[in-house]
Amino acid sequence: MEIHSNEQKLYWKTNMRIMAILLMIWFLVSFGFSIIFIDNLNELNFFGFKFGFWWAQQGSIFVFVVLVFVYAALMNRVDKEYQEKVKGRHE
Amino acid sequence: MSSQTLTYLFVTLSFVLYAAIAIWSRAGNTKDFYVANSGVGPVANGMATAADWMSAASFISLAGIIAFMGYSSSVYLIGWTGGYVILALMLAPYLRKFGKFTVPDFIATRYYSKKARMVAVIALIIVSFTYIAGQMRGVGIVFSHFLEVPINTGILIGMTIVFIYAVLGGMKGITYTQVAQYCIMIFAYLVPAIYISMMVTGSPIPQIGLGATVIGSEDSVLERLDSVLSDLGFQEYTATVRSKIDMAAITMALMLGTAGLPHVIVRFFTVPKVSDARKSAAYALLFIAILYTTAPAVGAFARLNFIDTVHNTPYKDAPNWIKQWEEVGLIAWVDKNNDGVMNYGPGKPFEGKLEFKGDDEGVLGERIVLNDVSSNQNEIYVDRDIMVLANPAIAGLPNWVIALVAAGGLAAALSTAAGLLLVISSAISHDLIRETFAAKISDRTELLLARIAAATAICIAGYLGINPPGFVAEVVALAFGLAASSLFPPIVLGIFTKRINDLGAITGMVIGLLTTSTYIFYYKFLNPNLNIQENWFFGISPEGFGIVGALINLLAAILVSMVTKPPNQNIHKLVDNIRLPN
Repeated sequence: MEIHSNEQKLYWKTNMRIMAILLMIWFLVSFGFSIIFIDNLNELNFFGFKFGFWWAQQGSIFVFVVLVFVYAALMNRVDKEYQEKVKGRHE
Repeated sequence: MSSQTLTYLFVTLSFVLYAAIAIWSRAGNTKDFYVANSGVGPVANGMATAADWMSAASFISLAGIIAFMGYSSSVYLIGWTGGYVILALMLAPYLRKFGKFTVPDFIATRYYSKKARMVAVIALIIVSFTYIAGQMRGVGIVFSHFLEVPINTGILIGMTIVFIYAVLGGMKGITYTQVAQYCIMIFAYLVPAIYISMMVTGSPIPQIGLGATVIGSEDSVLERLDSVLSDLGFQEYTATVRSKIDMAAITMALMLGTAGLPHVIVRFFTVPKVSDARKSAAYALLFIAILYTTAPAVGAFARLNFIDTVHNTPYKDAPNWIKQWEEVGLIAWVDKNNDGVMNYGPGKPFEGKLEFKGDDEGVLGERIVLNDVSSNQNEIYVDRDIMVLANPAIAGLPNWVIALVAAGGLAAALSTAAGLLLVISSAISHDLIRETFAAKISDRTELLLARIAAATAICIAGYLGINPPGFVAEVVALAFGLAASSLFPPIVLGIFTKRINDLGAITGMVIGLLTTSTYIFYYKFLNPNLNIQENWFFGISPEGFGIVGALINLLAAILVSMVTKPPNQNIHKLVDNIRLPN
């Protein structure tokens, strides 16, 4: 395999940044909202739920689904940019 | 038609469907057998992954656990779904790019070591077998309750079905069967949930119904449940009882365990491209989330309905389903205060493990329990696993819904068992025989060996299902801790660092597996009476200890790698390569 060092590094850096941001959200809703801050959030009412309880039993899961689809979509774009750059070099 | 006839009909139809798919998608070579020729579309693979993942435990037990644990059950909900975020972001795309057949393949290549492969194979087999025994038991329970055949006959029938499509079709057969099984399973789960949600709240969407107002009252479902439970002396349903550190530890251990389970990871070897692996992980989580966000509603409605119909009801007026489940020993009643009325409350009604006095009946026709009664007011024993199965009957739903739930439970148990059997058989034929002992065998011989290994694994699983070691139920949950502490760290380290070497990975896996299994073994089997929060390491229960094991594994791998020889240039190239798209 040919090495295109700069493109590779950029690709990996972008990937890591996207991953880090999404994982931060993942941590916030699951461990943050559903466990650590639950007692504070439970003071609020959300469509008949205590808000913290809603995060622990429903909300986190919805956010997880959004996160994985966002990652797949963003990375498809990043993949494409990378592949075009590498192709451009060959021509 | 009676629910019995309908159940036979639904179950038979679904089995014919599975067998037909298996014949249509027969595996022709080892690539078909191990990874379905890497030709499965991402949506189909997502569905198959979801079916593979959601076992009898998810289908039958999850809602029951939620019903009886309330908020504390969130560890399972978040843990078993949140793991897919890690899987989709940190593992699936890279393992697909690596592009071989098994998890030990990756570990052996990345850490250039046959010993590492052996350790990974051992970890994989321990994790998968503990898991599969529970599945066969699930098959047996569904058969015995709905078709009124003995549990063992049920297991034998289940084994035969799995045998046909797993041995014949390999991964290809399993994948397409699982697509069908997912559809049956989710339909069977949603129909009663929607029915009950409409009955209780008028909302056809259970996820919304859980927060909605109970028909004929001012309270929402959860407020009602909180007040009913505290009136009876229970903890409130939404109360945050478990310690935060233990909640977090268990959740994390389940997440990492999910991401480290071989039968889940291997699914991502079956899609054509890296981008498909990401997409397929996303679809898998979506399909899983449909069931996992419905389960809390099912659990809450079931608990409410159960209390409404049972508590303060004279036993002679007890609904039919109570008698049915009493017959199979999963519900029991003892009239402690001699008022002829069923009184429900906190605490166990009896001391020790339940034993019935044959078929003898008490004054009101109830089955007689031999155990000493406990000192509390509670007169009712109920096994929480019956909640989903009994739910349609509790809510008085039509017979075809009851039959549908039986077919769904079977689909859930069979799909997971088949997926597990496949990773066990490929670990044996591919990782042990071909890669370790007999490199020269032909593809055809390897395929034959894979089929023999699958057949053997089915027999062992069936044996474990018929003669379950007493601790199966406990160990299934703990398999996650073992997966988290053994397989997850070397895979992630192998992708995200180039510095971790063979010695580091092996040391990490061995130490992680040993510390976790020792901790579990000590508290669960050697000294179960010491298994209380004051004694736990930092207040972390055996269920959550996998996260500590994973950290120890990680640290050991890094420390050992720092003081020994770094991997060579080829490994650097390999890691660079798996990080890039196709």
